Amino acid sequence: MREVWWVSLIKSAIIINLLLGLFAYLTLTERKVMGRMQLRYGPNRAGPFGLLQPIADLVKLVRKESFFPAAAHDLPYILAPLVSAFTALAAFSVIPFGPGWKIWRYHVTGQVVDVPIALILVFALGSIGIYGFIVGGWASESKYSLLGSMRTCAQLVSYEVSLALSVLGVVLMGQSLSLTEIVHKQQVTLWFFIPQAVGLVCFFFGGIAETSRAPFDLPEAEQELVAGYHTEYSGMRWGLFQMAEYINLITLSGLMVTLFFGGWHFPWLNGLDAYGPIWFLLKLVVILFVFIWLRTTLPRLRYDQLMRFGWKVLLPVATLNALVTALLVVLV
Amino acid sequence: MTPQPVGSLRGFGVTFRQIFRKPITQQYPEYKRPVYPRFRGRHRLHTYENGLEKCVGCSLCAAACPADCIRVVAAENTPELRVSPGERYARIYEINLSRCIFCGYCELACPFDAITLGNDYEISEYSRDDLIYTKDMLLAPPIKRTPVADAALYDTPIPYYENHS
Repeated sequence: MREVWWVSLIKSAIIINLLLGLFAYLTLTERKVMGRMQLRYGPNRAGPFGLLQPIADLVKLVRKESFFPAAAHDLPYILAPLVSAFTALAAFSVIPFGPGWKIWRYHVTGQVVDVPIALILVFALGSIGIYGFIVGGWASESKYSLLGSMRTCAQLVSYEVSLALSVLGVVLMGQSLSLTEIVHKQQVTLWFFIPQAVGLVCFFFGGIAETSRAPFDLPEAEQELVAGYHTEYSGMRWGLFQMAEYINLITLSGLMVTLFFGGWHFPWLNGLDAYGPIWFLLKLVVILFVFIWLRTTLPRLRYDQLMRFGWKVLLPVATLNALVTALLVVLV
Repeated sequence: MTPQPVGSLRGFGVTFRQIFRKPITQQYPEYKRPVYPRFRGRHRLHTYENGLEKCVGCSLCAAACPADCIRVVAAENTPELRVSPGERYARIYEINLSRCIFCGYCELACPFDAITLGNDYEISEYSRDDLIYTKDMLLAPPIKRTPVADAALYDTPIPYYENHS
């Protein structure tokens, strides 16, 4: 059943706002949780429990001068954060969060757009998003930014291969590239985190590196380097880069929920599917918490360790996982 | 270094356990940790009990000051205007607290214990001009009270070498 175009439009507006809200409060949650893990309180001044902190941060960022280096190339310099933020937001549009509902006489699907090749679309948009990081560092016309974007580029490109290979097993088992199909298949058979445990681990590591989070946060490495590709950015342009990073993290966690943890389904019960977004959000929050937990616990990898792990461990394991899954799917 | 998967996993337990412990943060503006009794904060000028100022305007503090932040202009005491028990008194006594390094040499140099370093450390201002403290401000008791720890808590035991020399 097709969806009316203006229903999609309204839905996308709601989803974008929810996503931005989730991003804002993810930053707060991260700072709070990290603080508690380090025996600190985290932000607790703006509003009760620091709940207004994201708004205060936003006001600060918007009012701050957007510094523009004299030597920077204007168009790519301005475009780069926009590209990153746009692709990050767009990638979430295909992630299903519900089974679809019938509201009055209109059919509403459980994602912004139901694309039969949703998985490829997510990866394609992610790859375009990397251009934002590369171009941003390059257009700043500063050697530190250029080195930073080189570092980022090398890391993201290396780990994207493993990331894409690690979901191949899921695609083979789900026998579809459509995320809705994959979710349905999981409910019929088994959530894929059990048969695809290796794939999940590969996806997890690849995902951390792709979103450049600790312990793979070489692109930023705030304790050792001055940022990276966004050294010359400030104000809301920097904010857009930061937003892209966090929304990529949310999208990736959403993808992990969809591919390995049964998407919007409640475990064992089918009757609760109508409340899909709630279960989806709960799973999402748990995975995001694991990402934050990881950040507080593990120290940053050295650059050569990062490259060695990516090419010599993650890539062979992911490839092997895909091959073995393919064999089992054909033979069994 | 070889990877240590078990050790790393134990680390996760450590970080997770901290969530349930009480943070050790001291919430500063609400709670002010008592300062050490000999803490060197903003200066104070002292008077005798009969109201005369201890300072005799000798400028030794200004001479001792490594940051050159003290300015003293002395004037003669007269029978009509007796400010200090000595021959002269400080007509102008200014300390530029934006230059002061709180070393305490001024109180060491002072022959009459007229200047001492107090305990106040909340002395930020919006303007540099406001950081030049005049004699009246230094003579007046500080407006903000800084909690000071009990000196007995910090009494040092007799050093080892004094008993075994």
